[in-house]
Amino acid sequence: MGELAWIFVSAMLVNNFTLVLFLGLCPFLGVSAKVGTAVRMGAANIFVLVITSLTASFLNAYVLAQAPYLRLISFIVVIASLVQIVEMAIKKLSPALFRELGIFLPLITTNCAILGLAIFQTNRGYGALEGLVFALGAGAGLTLALTLMASIRERVELSDVPAVARNMGLVLILAGTLSLAFMGFAGLFTA
Amino acid sequence: MSPRATTPSQDFFRGVWRENPVLVQLLGLCPALAVTNTVANSLAMGIATFFVLTGSSLLVSLFKSWIPKEVRISAYILIIATFVTMADMILAAVVPDIHKALGAFIALIVVNCMILGRQEAFASKRPVGRALLDAFGTGVGFIIAMFMMGTVREVLGNGTFLDIPVLGSSFEPWIVMILPPGGFFTLGLLLLLFAWWEERKAVPVHPRHWPHGVTVTVGGDGSVGAGRTTSAGAAGRGSGGRHG
Repeated sequence: MGELAWIFVSAMLVNNFTLVLFLGLCPFLGVSAKVGTAVRMGAANIFVLVITSLTASFLNAYVLAQAPYLRLISFIVVIASLVQIVEMAIKKLSPALFRELGIFLPLITTNCAILGLAIFQTNRGYGALEGLVFALGAGAGLTLALTLMASIRERVELSDVPAVARNMGLVLILAGTLSLAFMGFAGLFTA
Repeated sequence: MSPRATTPSQDFFRGVWRENPVLVQLLGLCPALAVTNTVANSLAMGIATFFVLTGSSLLVSLFKSWIPKEVRISAYILIIATFVTMADMILAAVVPDIHKALGAFIALIVVNCMILGRQEAFASKRPVGRALLDAFGTGVGFIIAMFMMGTVREVLGNGTFLDIPVLGSSFEPWIVMILPPGGFFTLGLLLLLFAWWEERKAVPVHPRHWPHGVTVTVGGDGSVGAGRTTSAGAAGRGSGGRHG
């Protein structure tokens, strides 16, 4: 139990996917202008991460033991198709949920956070349950980072920023400051 | 639909600087931030990406008439993933230390949107020679950006360049530059620098476009002067005054 809690907190804060490992930067920079959108993007991310983690566990356990060199190709193809199928299923079964999350799903599929999760999970030798907790932690971390960033950007929108800084440069420096704050979590587990 | 006509040199140089994938288009940011903590890692990643991009563009351009439109993205990704697997194995065999330092980020070249973007926007529509030129240009642009990031971060964060001390022993390294926040700061500052440079070249024609921190005084003889503040950004953009 303690081990699982450690995996969760580590994935969410200490090794935050976006701010410390630089995974999933495209949505982080692209979809973080409004808090509402950011939260929904985060939720969609958690969803896809969980699917990815389960898929990767399955592939690692039953398919890839004999052919590790096919890992990358099979991860990408299987995850992308599975998300596509789930997307169609949601569209059919719950149009309301699809409206909330659906538009983000195709964007997320080829996101480095998703493939990164599958690869990290494999490299660290996580089983299905550990992988699932890892995916939830990573998803929570992504959502946290997106929401924090969106809150800051909503404030920045209203402030008097010099014209030269009204581009991604300022956003990246803000991200750097957030990242600096997250470095503080590294002290959580030294004891 | 025939693509806009461009000369071969335009195809090459566009990606190198004016449409630099990292510094202008902000594509491929994950590796540009994650593995640029030393110059050696940056160059290895740049060269690996160059290899994958060139190989993929070559194959995509060769097979463009055989790839059905509906499944083209999947086909591109399969081609890219094949080259990434090759790059992964080559790096592991030739430079095991760097392969270890880059870790999962070599595999993540697959999802570098810069590579897929070039296939979709260029290689799938043009003849092989042009597709290769475009890939060379974009790849070189990526290597340049990686090299700039890596140089700034290693020199400031560790006081070394390719592990050779350059700043003397009295220099206290800015550890933060080789930590994750340093990646964000370095790229952010580079982007601000380029934005400032672009704006310096463009002479503002309306007071509304004149930068903050520049107070404009209109003299009795109609001359316009500009008082500059001390901050670097505002001072550079004092070109607003030159206009008058």
